[in-house]
Amino acid sequence: MYLYDDFDRAFLAERNAQFRAQVARRLDGSLTEDEFKPLRLMNGVYLQLHAYMLRVAIPYGTLSSDQMRVLAELAERWDKGYGHFTTRQNIQYNWPRLADIPDMLDRLGDVNLHAIQTSGNTIRNVTADHFAGAAADEIADPRPYAELLRQWSTDHPEFQFLPRKFKIAVTGSPNDRAVTRAHDIGLVLKERGGELGFEVIIGGGLGRTPMIGKTIRDFLPEADLLPYCEAIVSVYNRLGRRDNKYKARIKITVHENGLDEMQARVEERFAELRPLFDGVDQAQLGRIRSMFAAPEYRDGHAPAVTDPVLRSWIETNTVPHKRDDHAIVTISLKAHGATPGDATADQMRLMADLADAHAYGELRISHEQNVILPHVPRDALPALHMALGAAGLGTANVGLASDIIACPGMDYCALATARSIPVAQGIATRLDALKVEHDVGHLKIKISGCINACGHHHVGHIGILGLDRAGVENYQITLGGDGSETAAIGERTGPGFAYDQIVPAVERLILAYLSLREGEDETFLQAYRRVGMAPFKAALYETAATREAANAA
Amino acid sequence: MPKPFTPKVVTANHLIEGDVVYLTADDEWCRDLAQAEVIENEAYADLRLSFAEDQPGIVVGAYLADVTPDGAPAHFREAFRAGGPTNYPHGKAHGQRPGPQPSSEA
Ligand code: SF4
Repeated sequence: MYLYDDFDRAFLAERNAQFRAQVARRLDGSLTEDEFKPLRLMNGVYLQLHAYMLRVAIPYGTLSSDQMRVLAELAERWDKGYGHFTTRQNIQYNWPRLADIPDMLDRLGDVNLHAIQTSGNTIRNVTADHFAGAAADEIADPRPYAELLRQWSTDHPEFQFLPRKFKIAVTGSPNDRAVTRAHDIGLVLKERGGELGFEVIIGGGLGRTPMIGKTIRDFLPEADLLPYCEAIVSVYNRLGRRDNKYKARIKITVHENGLDEMQARVEERFAELRPLFDGVDQAQLGRIRSMFAAPEYRDGHAPAVTDPVLRSWIETNTVPHKRDDHAIVTISLKAHGATPGDATADQMRLMADLADAHAYGELRISHEQNVILPHVPRDALPALHMALGAAGLGTANVGLASDIIACPGMDYCALATARSIPVAQGIATRLDALKVEHDVGHLKIKISGCINACGHHHVGHIGILGLDRAGVENYQITLGGDGSETAAIGERTGPGFAYDQIVPAVERLILAYLSLREGEDETFLQAYRRVGMAPFKAALYETAATREAANAA
Repeated sequence: MPKPFTPKVVTANHLIEGDVVYLTADDEWCRDLAQAEVIENEAYADLRLSFAEDQPGIVVGAYLADVTPDGAPAHFREAFRAGGPTNYPHGKAHGQRPGPQPSSEA
């Protein structure tokens, strides 16, 4: 992984010292809240419903075991003993005291972590495929490019006050696990004639006006990555609307100006910028790439697994590694009934120790709020599974219906219109009681506590959006969303459901799917695409009473 | 027609702890909604709100929140603010948090 040099360390130390002084001045009254707020936001400090919240970036989701231990230490020393992994490969601490945050940032700085640009109208944490560097289907590791983008965008003077926040995601695989089509810029690595390059997608985004991104360049040579991205952000910075917060994201800029106009302007700006990049970026990319070398793999061949519990876990929670004697292991942070994405300090430490013992010290955080050990020799899987199980981390549900993405919602978030966590807990608990989820198979349920859509509900096969309807929590359902390379925005089923009705409603959808699918191989999404909304709508809304009324009419 | 006035409390977040606080009748900040001053008329509500806003060294983001005449939260958002998150038994409704305790000022 990327190792900080003296310049990086000095930059971070200076920034932390600056923020320490700003906090001190806020506490002694020399800064007003209006003056302080933008400063704290630039450093990832929010004020939520019950407390401050510190959002720490985990660049492209990659963590070393030492970094994970420091995340655990923060949770224990300055928070309530846990942290919340988010859908943008960040970790949030929900309970820090303002006066403690400078110490937290210094401790993070010891292991090259920070909270810079995890808020504000800037380029946010660059996210990547969580299987990067390990996946069997990968063309190349996308993380060196993500790191290059991180360095370019951090404190970039031109892009500190964009019209709105700006999110970039990169994948090195044709199977899109990074939701690139729902980002301001999505980069999909491709190979053409032996050369590496990117399909560049712009204007994707969820929120109030969900849009699937559009391809602005089919193939951008890798050497042009920075000047081209700079051209896009610079055109957006100029054209993006600042008069209306809800129309300020680049998706609206693309929508209002049209893709052709955007393309013409970006190409024009790119032509100006390209000569200014004199190769320093490519030299830096080479340097970065050397730090992302694969671990020195040991032989991991193992005999066939006979234990059914272990076999089930391997089937659900591992995917093929580029080496056949290794596996990529996803540790589920979705035990049935637990808060999606939360890990206690003890669990974080255990995962760090297990990474050291069995996975070359590497971990990843997925946007699906799970933890990944990207390189596990297959002969280590039994010991790993046993250790995880003992710590409540052995749930075999990755990719299944209880592997739910849920944003913090109204249990923490000041912007929320309803809760999302207890809905996720309720659905997972119910699925566990029904014992159907292995039969149901691949199903992504995603829940957001407001229209901002941090829980990606628009791209959930089943999406749930929590709203405030006349002072009561109400949940709208969408179906058929898809965050992968076949991205689609889900369609609303109809009227929403009350808090105590949403879990039974989801249960009815799942049971309807089971009865109408053409075979075990037809997933929920495939079945929905085949039969459409009608049978699901009937399952949701047609009760005995409405049927009777319809018959009588 | 202007909406008839409904009872209010003054609430904010504590500057250092960040947690939810309420203004009491004797000008203190408390952490328990039950001890908050329930305000019955608009002119007095404005007065109490400006009093709160004049304390930027103690609280952040003061506003008037609706309560029922007996002082219970009128909206579910305020109920969660008063009781803490519902996913863990460690919010206000469940006593103090482990680890560092809130400081005594305010
Ligand atoms: S979707 Fe809304 S409620 Fe959920 S975290 Fe984002 S802003 Fe908060």
